Amino acid sequence: MALIEARGLTKVFKLFRRREGVSGAFRDLFVREYRNLRAVDGIDFVVEEGEMVGYIGANGAGKSTTIKMLTGILVPTSGTVVVKGYVPHKDREVYTRNIGVVFGQRSQLWWDIAVIESFKLLRRIYDIPQEEYDQRLKKFDDILELSPLLHLPVRKLSLGQRMRCDLTAALLHNPAILFLDEPTIGLDVLAKSKIRDFLKEINKEYKTTVILTTHDLGDIEALCPRVAIIDRGKMLYDGSVEDIYSQWGHDNLEDIVKRIYQGQRPDRGSNDHGSDISSSGGDGLVS
Amino acid sequence: MTMAAISLLPGGMALSAEHRWSPPSHLGNRIMLYIELIRMEFVNNLAYRSSYLTGIFNYSIQIGAYFFLWDAIYSGRRILGGLNKEEMITYVIVAWVVRSFYFSNLDRRVAVEIREGKIALELIRPYNYQMVKFARAFGEALFRMLFFALPAGIFFYLIRPFGLPAGWPNGLIFLVTIAGSFVINAQISMIAGFLAFFTQSTSGIYRAKRVVMDLFSGLLLPISFYPDWARDIIKLFPFQVVSYMPNLIYLGKITGAAALKVVILQLFWVAVLGVIGFFFWRFAVKHVVIQGG
Repeated sequence: MALIEARGLTKVFKLFRRREGVSGAFRDLFVREYRNLRAVDGIDFVVEEGEMVGYIGANGAGKSTTIKMLTGILVPTSGTVVVKGYVPHKDREVYTRNIGVVFGQRSQLWWDIAVIESFKLLRRIYDIPQEEYDQRLKKFDDILELSPLLHLPVRKLSLGQRMRCDLTAALLHNPAILFLDEPTIGLDVLAKSKIRDFLKEINKEYKTTVILTTHDLGDIEALCPRVAIIDRGKMLYDGSVEDIYSQWGHDNLEDIVKRIYQGQRPDRGSNDHGSDISSSGGDGLVS
Repeated sequence: MTMAAISLLPGGMALSAEHRWSPPSHLGNRIMLYIELIRMEFVNNLAYRSSYLTGIFNYSIQIGAYFFLWDAIYSGRRILGGLNKEEMITYVIVAWVVRSFYFSNLDRRVAVEIREGKIALELIRPYNYQMVKFARAFGEALFRMLFFALPAGIFFYLIRPFGLPAGWPNGLIFLVTIAGSFVINAQISMIAGFLAFFTQSTSGIYRAKRVVMDLFSGLLLPISFYPDWARDIIKLFPFQVVSYMPNLIYLGKITGAAALKVVILQLFWVAVLGVIGFFFWRFAVKHVVIQGG
């Protein structure tokens, strides 16, 4: 039995379309025009215990929406998600005890209080035994050098420091699954490599299943043997990084992914094979 | 493909070391969490204590203005709305001091979390959102009770002595009812905050809520001053058990069994608002759309 099993996962957002001008605004008061946006469109996604999966796609492709459904934040419009027998959005209070989530764009720590106070509160939230808590905090401290940060309020931390603290916060309760939404966004090279080493170590030591979205393909190359590519809500590719290389006949991941976003397909014989799938794709890899 | 991925795991450690999935939390542990939250919010507020001193000043002006207003209204009259002038002065001071205890920013906090998408970070936590919010608000209320309401009360007593509670049974029941005021006000605020799920502009909602609360709770004007038809309508809502009735208990206008009935009425409203809040939350979470991707 797979750890995470999503079948036909779909999320449709109803977007309110504003009409132009004064008369448009006036008409909007009475009759609203809606447009359906299929942010995630019938994807299948299966993850085994202990895997590290990279989940990539252009801006607005549906990555975050998928993660939010897998973590139970959003309710799928249709399709199913089952994680270790739990339905995330229904069994939220039990399910979330076993996952860790990091949003690169948003800190989950309490802004005005010292980092260590947030950690202590997390110990209570997740009922972590004191001994286990001390042990893990010490281990994370060894790798991430947290000590100098623990007594500072979060708002005083740099982005890299904040991310180290956020990662610790997400892992203190030893979750079975760690979801990372753009964990390296805006970080410098050194900070990035520190985070990557840490994630590798966590995956190895605690068997934590890791699913991460990113725009930095260096993350994928460093961490994820498997990559899933989503574009406009549909799963374009799901398989090993090795296979992508062999399919495309070279190993510049950035170049390959750029072409996939543009709607191209692997070389295998004809170059133009996939060009009819619209080339107006996503806005590239640069975030 | 996934099997291949597993074999790539570094270290070659045994995969049998499966994660133990944590069961739900025990009630005892949850209570420990709430106590921790109350403590944390209390400590947190200590850092901003200077803003409370300016708050006392603001309240003094507020109460001072009402003092002169009622002084003018009572000129030549002995009893208005069932209260004499002395009782009215006491009513105003007690009402405002107690308000400083039960007042909370819950509506704004909840609405901001919803609007800015921070609610996502709450939905990944294994706890009851509303209980956690109440616990934090209670920590803040306790802080305000000790560092604001009590000093302010003593301060006003020194510059303009007002009536003390009418006997110790009434004093005791009064303390119980202001705890109820806190809970009910917090529940109403929470529900007002949830409205942010349905509308993008929320400032109108909490401004309206504040005016309705201040007016119908009896803070600005004792309910006995309203015409009969208005009183009949106000009776259908939970507002008057927040300020008006506790104040009357303090003044000794409601005593004995009638005072205990106020406590029961509060419990009734706590239950009703609890059910409304529960369904609001359940409905809202199902329809949650996280702002900003």
